[in-house]
Amino acid sequence: MCILTIPLPCPLDEGDSDKGFVKLKAIALQCVRILIMGCAVHYIRLNEKISPNVGKMIVDAPDVARYRRPGQFIMLRIDEYGERIPLTIADVDMAQGTITLYYQIVGKTTENMARLEAGGHLKDVAGPLGHPTEIKKFGTAVCVGGGIGVAPIFPIAAALHREGNKVIGVIGARTKDLLILETEMAEVSERLIVCTDDGSHGRKAFVTEALGEIMAAEKVDIVVAIGPVPMMRAVSELTRPSGIKTLVSLNSVMVDGTGMCGGCRVTVNGEKRFTCVDGPEFDGHQVNFEELMMRLNTYKDEEAVSMREHKCRLAEVGHEG
Amino acid sequence: MKDKVPRQSMPEQPPAERVRNYKEVPLGYSDETARLEASRCLQCKRPTCVDGCPVRVDIPGFIKAIRDGDFLSSIRVIKMTNSLPAVCGRVCPQEEQCEKLCVLTKKGESVAIGKLERFAADYEREREQLEIRAATERKDGRVAIVGSGPAGLTAAGELAKMGYRVTVFEAFHSAGGVLVYGIPEFRLPKAIVQYEIDALAKLGVEIVLNRVVGSAGTVNDLMSEGFNAVFVGTGAGLPLFLEIPGENLQGVYSANEYLTRANLMKAYKFPEYDTPIARGDSIAVVGGGNVAMDSARMALRLGSKKVHLIYRRSRAEMPARVEEVHHAEEEGVLFQLLTNPVRFIGDEKGRLKAVECVRMELGEPDDSGRRRPVVMKGSEFTIDVDVAIVAIGNGPNPLIPRTTPGLSVNKWGNIVADDESMKTSRKGVFAGGDIVTGAATVILAMGAGRKAAMAIDTYLQTGEW
Repeated sequence: MCILTIPLPCPLDEGDSDKGFVKLKAIALQCVRILIMGCAVHYIRLNEKISPNVGKMIVDAPDVARYRRPGQFIMLRIDEYGERIPLTIADVDMAQGTITLYYQIVGKTTENMARLEAGGHLKDVAGPLGHPTEIKKFGTAVCVGGGIGVAPIFPIAAALHREGNKVIGVIGARTKDLLILETEMAEVSERLIVCTDDGSHGRKAFVTEALGEIMAAEKVDIVVAIGPVPMMRAVSELTRPSGIKTLVSLNSVMVDGTGMCGGCRVTVNGEKRFTCVDGPEFDGHQVNFEELMMRLNTYKDEEAVSMREHKCRLAEVGHEG
Repeated sequence: MKDKVPRQSMPEQPPAERVRNYKEVPLGYSDETARLEASRCLQCKRPTCVDGCPVRVDIPGFIKAIRDGDFLSSIRVIKMTNSLPAVCGRVCPQEEQCEKLCVLTKKGESVAIGKLERFAADYEREREQLEIRAATERKDGRVAIVGSGPAGLTAAGELAKMGYRVTVFEAFHSAGGVLVYGIPEFRLPKAIVQYEIDALAKLGVEIVLNRVVGSAGTVNDLMSEGFNAVFVGTGAGLPLFLEIPGENLQGVYSANEYLTRANLMKAYKFPEYDTPIARGDSIAVVGGGNVAMDSARMALRLGSKKVHLIYRRSRAEMPARVEEVHHAEEEGVLFQLLTNPVRFIGDEKGRLKAVECVRMELGEPDDSGRRRPVVMKGSEFTIDVDVAIVAIGNGPNPLIPRTTPGLSVNKWGNIVADDESMKTSRKGVFAGGDIVTGAATVILAMGAGRKAAMAIDTYLQTGEW
C-alpha cells in the first residue's frame, strides 16, 4: 500500500478542503492525520514511443503490481479533466512496485499520455480489474496478436510459456513500423510468425492465414487472440469448425471498470455480460462481434470534437499539433 | 397560536432558469424563516417523528435550538446521531419518515424537518464553524470500510469517534459513492459531499482512493494486513436492464452510466472535461424512481428539447419522492405513464432512433401490494428518441461476494447480514446498505452503517461473534 502522509488535505484535490481545517478547534493538531493514499503517487519511470503510434509507460502502482495476474487491466486518468480509460497491464515489477502499459495513440487522452515525461505522474490508477486469464497446461497454445493487441497478448504468452505450454506466436501489423514487441514475443514463443499487410516485414499475410497453416500442420489446444475486433472475429470463425478453444479479450467502452456503469456490455452466447467484471476474456465462438463493433463507434463524433479542440489549443500555446 | 403559522416554503430557482444551469434548485431558509418554521414544532413529550428516523435524530431537540436562534447547538444535536446532515436534509424522503409521523400531519402540514436539518447543516458549513469531536481515548483495533458511500462514511465516522483506527477503501478516484457519481449537482452539490468527507478525514479517518477491494486484494487480504474487522458497504452497483430487443444500440444507457458520465466525470463540461455524453434532442427515460427523475432532469440541462419519462404504472405508484416528481414536471419532463417499452429501434448504423411502447392498465394487486400493470392489446406506438436511459434499478456489485469465501449471499447476490448487528456469515465481516438490502435510500444505508459501527465496537471489545 502506498502511503503519503501530509499535514494538509491533498493539494491535488478540488475544493476548499482546507477552510474548515483552519478553523479546527482545540484539538491537538498532531492527532489529525490526513492520509491520502493512491493519490498522485503514480510517478512515471519511463515513457517512450516504441512505434509511430504506440507508447510504452512504466509507472509506480505498487498495489496493482502486487495483486495483478496476466489478462487483467487498470483504469487510469491522467489528470483532473481526463477520461477514465482501460489499459491492459503488460508486465509488472513487484520489487519496484511498477507496472508496464502500452497504449495506442488514438485520441486526446492517449495523445496527452504520450506527452508526459518520466518524473511526472498519472492522477489515478485503479486495478487490477477483470478476471485473470486461466493459465494452465493446455499443450499447444497459439497466441495471436494484431496491432496494439500484441501488448496484451505478450503477458499471456509469457505465462503460458512459463506453465510449460508449447507457445506459437503469431503477430501482425499493417506495416513494419507499427509492429511491436517482436523480440519479447520471440523470447516466450517456440516459434514466432510475423505478418504485415504490406509485406514490409515478415510474411505478407493476415494473421489468420498463418494461424490456418498452423492448425493444418499440428494439433492446437488453445488459441488466444487479441487485436482489432475484425481480427478477433476472423480468428474465431477460423477455429469454430474444429472447435478449438478460442479466447478473445474485448476492448469495450468503459467508464468505471468495476461493474457499475454497464457501458461495456456485450452479448455473449445470447446473454448480456459486462466486459469489466465478467471478462475481459470471453469464448470467441460466443461473442457477438458485430454488436461490439457497432457499440465501439458510439462516441466517434465526440472524440473528433475532443481531438479538434485539443489540437487547436495546442496550436495556440505553440506546441506541435 | 403556533398552528396558525403555515409551513414555510423554501425559495427555489424558477424552472425556466434552473434548466439552463446545474445549480441547486431549493435555495435554503433565511435565519428568520428557519426560526419561524421551527416555532411550529409542538415539542412533543413523546416525539413520534423520531421513530420515523433511521438514525434517530433528536428532532424536537434540534428544532428547539433553531427556534431559540442557537443554530450551532442545533447542528450539534443532529450530529450526535447523524454524520451527514447536509446530505440528509436534501435527499432523505422525509415525507415517508419523520414528517409522516409528525403530529401536525393529522391536522395539516407537518413541520418541515428536512428543510430545517438542511438549514442547520448549511449554517455551520457556510460560517466555517465545523467542530471536530475527536475521540478522547484510542481504542485498540483497526477497521477497514469497503466503499465510501453513505453506509461506509457513516460507519467510518462513528468508529473514528469511538477511537478506532479506520481506513476507507474507495474504488473510484473520488470518495462519496452514490453521492458523487449518482445524485446530480442540482440536487446535492458536490462541494457539500466533499466537505463531509474532509470532516471525516479530520477525525483521523484514512481514505484510500482507487483501491478496488475484491480485485486489488480481497477481504481476506485486509484481515491478514492487520484489520480486525471489515465493513462492506459496496452498494447496488450493477445496473439492471429491460432485456428487450435493441437495448445494446448506441444511445441506450443505464442510468448509472449516464449519471456517472455527467456527475463524476463532469461530462456536462465536455469538451473542457474529456468524458463525452450523448446529447440527444429527444430522450426517453425508463423508470419511476428518483434515479429516473435525476436522469430526466439532467437530460434537460444537457440541452434535450423533449424528455419523455416512461413508467409502466401510474403516478400514485411512482417510487420517486413527490418533490422530485414535482420538480421534473415543472421543468418540462413529459410523463408517459402506464406505458412500457417493448423494443428499441435503431438505424442502419446501430444508432437508436425510436422506442416502441405499449399502453398498460392496472389489474389486480401483486406481491408488493401495488396493482399489477397489464398490457392493453393493440396499443403499440413509437416515440422518436435518439437517447434512452434505463433507470429500473441496480443489482449488487459482485466483486466482494465473488472473492470472499464463506460470505453468504441470497439468490439475488445480496450479502446476507443480521438486521441489527449487520454481521455476515464471515467472522469479523459486517455489511450494510444497498449491498444487503438492494437499492434503497441514503438514510437507510446510513442507519445500517451506524448499527454496524456499534456492533463492530462490541465485537472488538469482547471478541465474541
